[in-house]
Amino acid sequence: MPRAKPMALAISRLGERALEMPALFGRFCIFSFWTMTFGPLELISRRGWRHLMPQCFSIGTLSVPVIMLTGAFVGMVLVVQSYSQFDTAGLADRIGVIVNISVASELGPVLAGIMLAGRVGGALAAELGTMNVTEQLLALRSMGCNPVRHLATPRFLACLLLAPILTLYADLLGALGAWAVYTLYYGGESEPYWFYTSQAVEYWDLGTGLVKALFFGGAIGLISCYKGFHCRAGAEGVGRACTEAFVISFIMILVLDFFLNLVINRLYEGIYGFRGLLL
Amino acid sequence: MNISDPVIELRRVSKAFGRQRVLTDIDLAIERGKTTVIIGRSGTGKSVLLKHIVGLLRPDRGEVYFEDQRIDHLSERALTPVRRQISFVFQLNALFDSMSVAENVAFTMTEQRTGRADKRKIQSLVRHCLELVGLSDFEHKRPSELSGGEKKRVAFARAIALDPPPKIILYDEPTAGLDPQRADVVNKLIRHLQHEMNVTGVVVTHDMKSAIEVGDRLLMLWDGRFIADGVPDDLVNSKQAQVRRFLDGIAAPEDLKMLIPSNGR
Repeated sequence: MPRAKPMALAISRLGERALEMPALFGRFCIFSFWTMTFGPLELISRRGWRHLMPQCFSIGTLSVPVIMLTGAFVGMVLVVQSYSQFDTAGLADRIGVIVNISVASELGPVLAGIMLAGRVGGALAAELGTMNVTEQLLALRSMGCNPVRHLATPRFLACLLLAPILTLYADLLGALGAWAVYTLYYGGESEPYWFYTSQAVEYWDLGTGLVKALFFGGAIGLISCYKGFHCRAGAEGVGRACTEAFVISFIMILVLDFFLNLVINRLYEGIYGFRGLLL
Repeated sequence: MNISDPVIELRRVSKAFGRQRVLTDIDLAIERGKTTVIIGRSGTGKSVLLKHIVGLLRPDRGEVYFEDQRIDHLSERALTPVRRQISFVFQLNALFDSMSVAENVAFTMTEQRTGRADKRKIQSLVRHCLELVGLSDFEHKRPSELSGGEKKRVAFARAIALDPPPKIILYDEPTAGLDPQRADVVNKLIRHLQHEMNVTGVVVTHDMKSAIEVGDRLLMLWDGRFIADGVPDDLVNSKQAQVRRFLDGIAAPEDLKMLIPSNGR
């Protein structure tokens, strides 16, 4: 049966992959569990802060310019895209409402997360992957240090804690970028822009955006560290780990965003009822 | 070879990766204060054996003892006190790129302690260890600024920079990638450390010159089993075909088969 052979091989490979996936997911869950478990211990120890601060600098401080630039351009583009419709309806002075709610609750955290995944996720996977293939992770273990606690936990904490702060920067620059285009390019007035924005944008919008950012940051940290810790040998292995860290983080941001929106909407209805529809 | 008080003992250790058997029923006792060298061709399981000693790999079957304490079944946490008595010099040195030479050397001690008094003690020990390997002025340099030989010596300094000093140092291919002169420096350093600190050494290498120079005892690993064991002279004068081929650097006929196609093309 010469034709059956490639088919059997393909089915066998498919089966292998199917069995591999739950095992991979299980390994990721165990890795995530330990990375998160060491988090509180690192936060209460001086040694933990010694590991955390350099990560906060490289993950947080160095990401500020790119995140601010992203936030500013998102705000600016939103004004350009929506101005003519608002103007036609005679509501141009309320353009800040739609732009800032979009930026604070959705676009700010998502785009800041994606930028963070691109800038930090790949770099983390590359750094840890290189340490893995040059036996530095083994060296840590041989010295009695836990590599997960020593390397993954500080990076995870830095991503988790700084993603919301970076999102605040993106939100702020988004609002300023939109205001700049509205007033300087379209000749709108500042006062109604800020007045209607302050009336419409609630702490809830800002808060939900920050909660989303917290999840996105945590996911980026865990995925990137896992990919670095488990990369294959050689330059190709490290390169692949970087790419996978970014792609999986990107997809996870979108998936998490969808499910978080479902939960947040339920919560909103539970807390405020249908106030949004009635007002 | 009979050893009355072994510091490390492997009893019937077997290890396989997938279908590939790497170690088969290995029995090995390492003598305290001596340097034991394990030789063998590439890919024969020497580094795998070394990693079993410090618990970086667990045997599929068999037992590993450190000073009469069985360690192969211990958790990572329970292994920590054992690992802090054993130092490992890796083949690729495994220096931390983000740290200076001094920080690399001080790493284990810094991770164990905090406090100002300890800081001074660590600094003086780091200086002493760097002096011992001939790198006194290298404290502030980064690993990327060092040559291969210098990196190796920093790895040695890191291995001995423990308080109390390590009981055992494991060397994985210590002369790999070094020119003969640098390799000689490394060999003399291994000897020097053994005499100065009375530390037990286990060296894994396929560099015969190095093996003879540093070893008090030589073992040859072949396809996952020891096929020769004795003092360096015993091995050098061995008539065993596999040992002779390894010493003389002559390929086995089965290794050449893949290079010469059987149809004569």
